Amino acid sequence: MEIKNAVAGTLESGDIMVQIAPGEGLQVDLQSSVAAQFGRQIKAVITETLTGLGIDNAYVKATDKGALDCTIRARVTAAAVRATGKDVWKD
Amino acid sequence: MRHTKVVTLEEAIVKSGLKDGMTISFHHHFRGGDKVVNLVVAKLAEMGFKNLHLAASSLSDVHAPLVDHIKNGVITKISTSGLRGELANEISHGLMKEPVVFRSHGGRGSAIASGELHIDVAFLGASSCDELGNASGCPRSENAKSICGSLGYALPDAKYADHVVVLTDDLVAYPNVPKSISACDVESVVVVDSVGDSSKISSGAIRDSKNPRDILLAKQAAKVIINSGYFKEGFSIQTGTGGASLAAVKYIRESMIEKGIHASFALGGITAHMVKLHEEGLIGRLIDVQSFDKVAAESIAKDQLHQEVSAVEYASADHVGSAVHALDIVILSALEVDVDFNVNVLVGSDGIIRGAIGGHPDTAEDSALSIIVCPLLRGRIPCVVPKVTTLITPGKGVDVVVTEYGIAVNPARPEIAERLKAAGLKVVDIHDLAAKARSIIGEPDALPFGDKVVGIVMDRHGKVLDEIRNIVD
Repeated sequence: MEIKNAVAGTLESGDIMVQIAPGEGLQVDLQSSVAAQFGRQIKAVITETLTGLGIDNAYVKATDKGALDCTIRARVTAAAVRATGKDVWKD
Repeated sequence: MRHTKVVTLEEAIVKSGLKDGMTISFHHHFRGGDKVVNLVVAKLAEMGFKNLHLAASSLSDVHAPLVDHIKNGVITKISTSGLRGELANEISHGLMKEPVVFRSHGGRGSAIASGELHIDVAFLGASSCDELGNASGCPRSENAKSICGSLGYALPDAKYADHVVVLTDDLVAYPNVPKSISACDVESVVVVDSVGDSSKISSGAIRDSKNPRDILLAKQAAKVIINSGYFKEGFSIQTGTGGASLAAVKYIRESMIEKGIHASFALGGITAHMVKLHEEGLIGRLIDVQSFDKVAAESIAKDQLHQEVSAVEYASADHVGSAVHALDIVILSALEVDVDFNVNVLVGSDGIIRGAIGGHPDTAEDSALSIIVCPLLRGRIPCVVPKVTTLITPGKGVDVVVTEYGIAVNPARPEIAERLKAAGLKVVDIHDLAAKARSIIGEPDALPFGDKVVGIVMDRHGKVLDEIRNIVD
């Protein structure tokens, strides 16, 4: 699947900003205000969401401000839709 | 013969006989706007002092310059109620060799009065002072620049320190009465450009919230109070910091008017909300250890029924006459509450110090009804947890926990649970709240604590309650 640069989310408290760019394999670069306690879980949610959308090659930069898993999934999905042009909600 | 105690800061320090290794003290009535700590410690550093113990009633973001003074060995020990910002972050990462000693406001007052915390030289900022040292937090001339109202946390220092230096930015004609600090307790008076920025008193933990969740929590807390059994003619009340606990007063007011109920007094950090109720005749007296905003500071200056109290009179565990013993209801906030109703207000869930004990354990223990108001989650950080990161207020003093997912009542107070249920409020088991939080956020990994003790928490009776370890990045 072809990937273009795309972004979703904000830097507001409780949100996560997800930037997607072309890459080899799935590489997740996470900065999080709750990294010590939740970094592992957040990376897992990002990876699972992308894999579920059929994306196995991408560089993801995520800046998290304490978002819940549902928010992370929504932002990653939105960024992926913008990056691939494939609307998972419509198709 | 007319005398003056007015000298320069350097002369005052020399005259005080301060030596390396001694204890200096400060109050925090200007909160985030304080200018005295940084000014005095910079002068002490310039004069070559080392190894000093800084005993402040509290410290905040504005005291980040202390980091360099700690690195240079000017300050080697700190006692305080709280730490915030860069200073707190550095200390949490192991900046100091000696752990910081944390005390509640009542605990600090008791420790100073008993001599356990001995102060060699107190440096106390005042909004007005005459040349003999009669000092006040109230404005007394048209030149008044920095107004803080009550000087309650400075009063034990003024009474018990070996040597007292008052710093002021408004030197007024003798006699500066009514006074908070007596000339008889003051050795030197130093005139400075500014002792503090009054506009920053009402910042940080005591900002007025417009957050809809805070408002929801405030309304719930008000319902708890109204139906608790303690809401009756002549009751007394205190609100702690935190948007929801401060806002709860607005909703209690409506019910007081409707039911014709009056409070005998409001205690503690006094806010504009409390002043309003007092001026409307709904609260008889305001007992003020700390004026939380401009309106409160102006009120204490002009209203005889709005009285200043010292930290000892406010919340000392040693005196049955301290005001907390007469307190019916207190509303408090929390960083974390655990399933045993223990509360942490000092250390963040990331293990970094980011708060202050304040009067939390004092008021929780001695009041008839203590209510903790906190959301279930702040972002991904849980506020109801299996075990608090740091123990500040033991659960036996905590009666009710209000969250947006329900109200938990300490099993030791079944009568309160019954009253709240009868009023139709959603009473839940605190274990269910902790489980609910976990179901939303998942299981957090353990915090990366190191082996170094960076903080010691003293309880209000002078015993070690908990210790805080360093965080490793």
